[in-house]
Amino acid sequence: MPAFIREMRGAYAFVERNVNLIKRYWGWEVVWLVYSLVNSLAVTYIGAGMERISGQALDTEYLITYLLVGTLIWQYLSVIFYAISEMIAWERWEGTIEYTFMAPVSRPTHLIGTTLFAIGYGVVRTLVILAIVAGFFRLDLGGANLIGAVLMLLAGSVSFVGLGILAAVLPLLYPERGAQMTNAVAAILLLISGVYYPIETLPGWLQVIAAGSPATYVIRGMRACLLRGEATATLLPTIFLLIGIGLAIIVVGLIIFRYVEAYAKRAGRLKRSG
Amino acid sequence: MCTHALEIEGVHKVFARKDRSASKRPFRRRKRERVVALRDVSLRIERGEVFGVLGPNGSGKSTLIRLVSTLLLPDEGRIRVFGHDVAEDPFAVKRMINRVSVDAAFFKKFSPIENLLYAARLYGLPAGEAKERMRTIMTRLGLKESTFGQPMEHMSRGMQQKVAVARGFLTSPILLLLDEPTTGLDPHSKRDVQAFVDEIRASHDATVLLTTHDMAEADRLCDRIAIIDDGGIVALDTPEGLKRRIPSENGHEPTLEDVFIALTGRGFEDAESETEEVD
Repeated sequence: MPAFIREMRGAYAFVERNVNLIKRYWGWEVVWLVYSLVNSLAVTYIGAGMERISGQALDTEYLITYLLVGTLIWQYLSVIFYAISEMIAWERWEGTIEYTFMAPVSRPTHLIGTTLFAIGYGVVRTLVILAIVAGFFRLDLGGANLIGAVLMLLAGSVSFVGLGILAAVLPLLYPERGAQMTNAVAAILLLISGVYYPIETLPGWLQVIAAGSPATYVIRGMRACLLRGEATATLLPTIFLLIGIGLAIIVVGLIIFRYVEAYAKRAGRLKRSG
Repeated sequence: MCTHALEIEGVHKVFARKDRSASKRPFRRRKRERVVALRDVSLRIERGEVFGVLGPNGSGKSTLIRLVSTLLLPDEGRIRVFGHDVAEDPFAVKRMINRVSVDAAFFKKFSPIENLLYAARLYGLPAGEAKERMRTIMTRLGLKESTFGQPMEHMSRGMQQKVAVARGFLTSPILLLLDEPTTGLDPHSKRDVQAFVDEIRASHDATVLLTTHDMAEADRLCDRIAIIDDGGIVALDTPEGLKRRIPSENGHEPTLEDVFIALTGRGFEDAESETEEVD
């Protein structure tokens, strides 16, 4: 059998398995969807209520769209991040880590399968939330550059795949605390990346760190496309920067993952129950 | 052509473990103690052989299986599967082996079909062929068709273990690693699994490495047996050869348990209580 077909079957195994996990844990899926939806609504209502809170006349519609773009893009990026970073943690929870690591599937194939699922799942989930949220607020995206927004989102996805790979190393290194550590990484990214406010609002030292977060550029670029309708040509430097950063993080992530996997095999850390 | 299915030469494996006796103080790193899991283990298994590793819990059996299945790397020594080194060429090894472990590790919410299909895709099998093969194997193992689509969590331990055995055979491995496959099974399920191993041995060109602490199982299934204690091999021979090593008493044929006591100076249960779990 050609190696390519074998590897593609291997990658599809992870897509199909994750879809089956969603079907089997559908109750949890509904809970998380409701949580994300309510979270998006709550954040967006802060914008809707800002005029009343401050007692001053504001461009409420702009504020609503500003916050909505931030919350939806964060939902999408964090789904990608968690789906990839938890690929080891899931195997530990289910007790299948040894079986998966014993199978003749390369780690890049494992990651390709997980990434394909993560992007598909993230897109569907974000569209569902957007469709429901759109019923609560009047959104005017008439002047938006939607093609530029899609390109920006895809470029941002590459970076978050890389960050997910880096974070996936943690449950391999720390069987008991690794999964919680990935939550801390996501929380820090949320704080520093300008999801709900411009990064200039942050203290100077945090702004320096924010400049290193790919999410900062994705969210800034998405707002430029959707709020100001900026032309794709002016966004290209940011898009190429994001792809470059993303590819670099993926390569570094794969190298680190390889070393950590070898360490886990030497230290006996691939056992099923931490 | 390589005639040995498995060659293990001078393998040594030590784990570092947190010292549980030391008091746990905040911000203070707990000391680590070294636990020797395997010490200078060497053996060769011929192609088509059913080779048993017999020993109490914690003797190093599962560590040995994990090393062969590329889940651990040896500290010293070499392991080759049909001539391929597990550390240097793990992918070649992975394509030739499969493993059934004592604790059936599955996605418990998935059905047997979903779990086995996942395994088949990981090994590059086409879905149609895999589905046909998994139904044949599961039926042969005594699983009812009505259970094929049920979540595994609703199945008994015995049924789950049979699905694990089906998964192990699904990919037609030429070296099958059976790590206490019948531990905890009821006598009927145990017989089903043992009969299937016999059948596979007769009909396929498969080599089997079986670890067990069931003396009768080792006696019945294995061509040769290595007795392992405290990480080291204390004897290696055919079942009959091992029994011949000690004299019969009061006209009774010695059992493998008698052999173990004679070689280690203690009973199987004593050895289990003395040896800490390392594998």
